[in-house]
Amino acid sequence: MSMEFDVDYEYQDRCMYMAESHPSDEMLRDDRIPHIWCTGCGCGEIISTYIEAVKELDINPDKVAIVSGIGCIGRAAGYLKFDSFHTTHGRAIPFATGLKVARPELDVSVISGDGDLFAIGGNHIIHAARRNMDILVICSNNYTYGMTGGQFSPATPIDSFTTTTPYGNCERPFNLCDLLASAGAAYVARWTSIHVRRLQKSIKEALTKKGFRFIEVLTPCPTGFGRRNKMGTAIDTSKFYQDHGKIDHGADTRDVRLEDPLSDFSIGTFVDLDKETYLEAKERIFSREVKK
Amino acid sequence: MGKKPMKFIGRGLVDKGDKKSAVGKIYLIIERCKGCNLCIEFCPKDVLKESSVFNKKGYHPPELIEVPGEKMCVGCGYCSLICPEFAIYTEIEEDEKEAE
Repeated sequence: MSMEFDVDYEYQDRCMYMAESHPSDEMLRDDRIPHIWCTGCGCGEIISTYIEAVKELDINPDKVAIVSGIGCIGRAAGYLKFDSFHTTHGRAIPFATGLKVARPELDVSVISGDGDLFAIGGNHIIHAARRNMDILVICSNNYTYGMTGGQFSPATPIDSFTTTTPYGNCERPFNLCDLLASAGAAYVARWTSIHVRRLQKSIKEALTKKGFRFIEVLTPCPTGFGRRNKMGTAIDTSKFYQDHGKIDHGADTRDVRLEDPLSDFSIGTFVDLDKETYLEAKERIFSREVKK
Repeated sequence: MGKKPMKFIGRGLVDKGDKKSAVGKIYLIIERCKGCNLCIEFCPKDVLKESSVFNKKGYHPPELIEVPGEKMCVGCGYCSLICPEFAIYTEIEEDEKEAE
């Protein structure tokens, strides 16, 4: 950053070393940092773990493409210094599908939120999973529409309070992992924003796989959701995730429903399959000899 | 059942005496900090605390605890991953004696 600032120099000496840039800045549009996300928002962890995973795998950054929809985490496309596209509301998956079909050599990742992917784009995501389209989808699930002011989303748990459900939500939420596992995804995992090491490992694993890969990341939303549901600050929510997230690899996705935001929940890699992807099937069928 | 009970060794590294734990350097970009305190709360070695100074936006960035002693940064890089603002990172200090 080139900003001039006045710092207490006594503090500087006493503290650790002051830096001007971060090692992640090579993959960040650092002129846009600091970002707009609230204090303690989990979106930043998704970006930093994604960058670390790309760095560790040593992928050429020119071959990585990020597509995101609308929402808080939709800003990810603007902050990551890859080929990125900020699409219209709910249409991140169709753009990513088209991009992957046209340029199969790219690693296409969709980073978007629960409202964008499952409400407005709900039909697109189940059909992308059905086709086993070769894209990685990272869904930041904060149980609400954060950017527009905390309305309820298809992932909001029953009984919880939002701006549009002031007496409590009467609708049952989607079980996102089960929805996509039954639609035919090749890799389904759930982590939280506090399990950053495991999340980084999971993104690394998913980037090396083929097929439709889905990672749900539970993120604290202290401003939009946590404030109305007595979940406290981002630290309280993160501590809750650390204590109540039970790692259960290979669990049946029907049992991992997030019913109550204040009870134990399962995290881990639930589905890890090797299936024929859409592009492989297309290759196989188009290369068949046609009988005349 | 006639076997002798195995001698209990206890938990810990066998060659702990020969090995030294790494020493980490913490780097902070003070103007990016938004004061969420995640690095302070979740540091595995508890080497950070909230400072009393303000940055330009009015948040309190972290600083090192005053008495290092046992609690020393080992450069694990957890704060760097957990920081949502890309404001803190660690590097492992190279041992000067070994370099000589």
